[in-house]
Amino acid sequence: MDSDLVVLISELKKKEAVEATQRRLNAGEDPLKILADARRAMQIVGERFSAGTYFIPDLVYSGKILEGVAAIIKPGLSQSPDSKKRGKVVIGTVAGDLHDIGKDLVAFMLDINGFEVFDLGIDVQPQTFVDKIREVRPEIVGLSGFLTSVYQAMKDTVDAISEAGMRDTVKIMIGGGVMDDEIKRFSGADAYGRDAMAAVDLAKKWTGGA
Amino acid sequence: MADKTTENLEKWCAAEGIAFIDPAAEAAYKRRARRIADVIQLNVPDRVPVVPSFGMFPFLNNGLTCQEAVFDYEKAAAAAMQTLEQFQPDMFLGSGYAFPAPLFEALGYRQLRWPGREIPAHYVYQFVEDEYIAADEFYDHYLADPSDFMLRRYLPRVCSQLEPLSRIRPFAESFGYYLTMCGSYAYFGIPEVQQALKALMKAGEESLKWVTILTRQAEEIMSRGFPLYEGGEAAAPYDLVGDWFRGTAGVMVDMYERPEELLAVMEKLVPISIKMGLDLARDNGHPIIGFMLHKGADGFMSPEQFETFYWPPLKKVMMGLIDEGFVPMLLCEGTYTSRLETIADIPRGKCIYWFETVDWAKAKAILGDTVCIRGGIPASTLFSGTTDQMKDCIRQLIDVVGRGGGLIVDCGLWFDEARSENVKAMVEFTKEYGVYSAAIRKF
Repeated sequence: MDSDLVVLISELKKKEAVEATQRRLNAGEDPLKILADARRAMQIVGERFSAGTYFIPDLVYSGKILEGVAAIIKPGLSQSPDSKKRGKVVIGTVAGDLHDIGKDLVAFMLDINGFEVFDLGIDVQPQTFVDKIREVRPEIVGLSGFLTSVYQAMKDTVDAISEAGMRDTVKIMIGGGVMDDEIKRFSGADAYGRDAMAAVDLAKKWTGGA
Repeated sequence: MADKTTENLEKWCAAEGIAFIDPAAEAAYKRRARRIADVIQLNVPDRVPVVPSFGMFPFLNNGLTCQEAVFDYEKAAAAAMQTLEQFQPDMFLGSGYAFPAPLFEALGYRQLRWPGREIPAHYVYQFVEDEYIAADEFYDHYLADPSDFMLRRYLPRVCSQLEPLSRIRPFAESFGYYLTMCGSYAYFGIPEVQQALKALMKAGEESLKWVTILTRQAEEIMSRGFPLYEGGEAAAPYDLVGDWFRGTAGVMVDMYERPEELLAVMEKLVPISIKMGLDLARDNGHPIIGFMLHKGADGFMSPEQFETFYWPPLKKVMMGLIDEGFVPMLLCEGTYTSRLETIADIPRGKCIYWFETVDWAKAKAILGDTVCIRGGIPASTLFSGTTDQMKDCIRQLIDVVGRGGGLIVDCGLWFDEARSENVKAMVEFTKEYGVYSAAIRKF
């Protein structure tokens, strides 16, 4: 029964996954255990995405399924699940840019791969990044951008982190439609990642994991 | 008998009805149009054509902010003409990339944000995606009556000023009975609906102002010897659903939960997209019809999903245009390497495929004998590279993709920020390095 939910979610069977969750709750099972299964399923989804057998719509749809499962579990949760995190990542789309799809995907993939993600949203001013970095002390910062207009904003954000004296405390990755190694060089970031898998690989490398 | 594409391209190259400033301009126009027609039909041209896709670059490069360009149509037009003079590309859009912001502001349009308003004055305007129409409100209504859906559901949702139009009765009921026209036209009498109609009139005035300037400008561009950039626009049905109504995530979920409805709506969008492209291109007397492909790139769906939901309806639109002698030009945004085999399934010498990121050698190997390839210059190199880097990039591109023709040099997207000398290098060096020898041409 337990492994059912893992299979149903990872095979993207939304209706059946929600029904299985309900059945287990009705049978009086600990919601934390059900949630742990859901998390395990999401890890499988993430692995398949990294391996190239799942694609972005599969990720998006698995997120929908997780939402549906979580919605019926949450009322019964007395405590929030506690899991050890690999590391912290502060992420956001840089100032003036309103695009969020790519950034959200990266945040989602980092999350299911065990990172604690602080998503600052879109149109994030350099100072907002600096303040958040000071507050949560992440190992990694992710800057997203989709327009040639924001090449400069990428650099301004990296510069602001340097001026705040925190450049040596974080690794900075950039990504988004028009970004590449040339803009990594221009902005002074540590790496460019071409997609969500690359972001996860970089984050693992930088936090000493495989 | 020549096929319809040849007929249409020949008509375009003949340049009849254009009032050229002098015979040299006429000869230059014909040379440029011929060069483009040659690469489309996979004949070796005299040299590689170069058509930079100027986004907001012409305005930023001539001292305007993006805000000025989208609010002051005359200033934008003047900057575009300076850009034409300065760079002399093989085709030119004019100032059409500077959309008329006042038109959209008159409607309270929610899907675009404007420079100098919500975003910095020197940034390009931005599209704000959302799930504007829920699936339950979309599929049945659209399938029953697309025009009614647009008028009474979509526009009221995305334009705050048109919200009252959601209250009027469907025009399909406009019969002269006492409870239909006699009674239901009362909605047009209430102040809120009248206000909405006034907003439409104001938007209409702005559109007319903008189009008048662009029409005058188009005549001027052609009179100086430069073919226009394209004749019209069509779109991939999947993108139409995702971009405007359901959002990227929404349409992805629909592939799992409502595949039949999604396919049915896209089938309905095929003739709409064809007609949209053809009507505009015929009015403009230009054979090329542009597509901006947003949601079919590598990773954005599985190969099976691409071959079920994305490519078949898109190909139907393309074939509808090709059958009438027009040339689909696909801007493939994102990376497209995994799609090359699928999109190679199209008649030879009828299309331009324009890539942002792709394995260029593979693209040439798979598509080189089927379609003309466009693009190749990274936006980042235009922005911060050196002119030597630009030259290396162009040399490599022409050596690999330009071999035997079938290449238009361009950036892989509409660029805004770029170093002027790099744009210059892109045009000048292509003109210098991209000349085909007479021997190859004959071959």
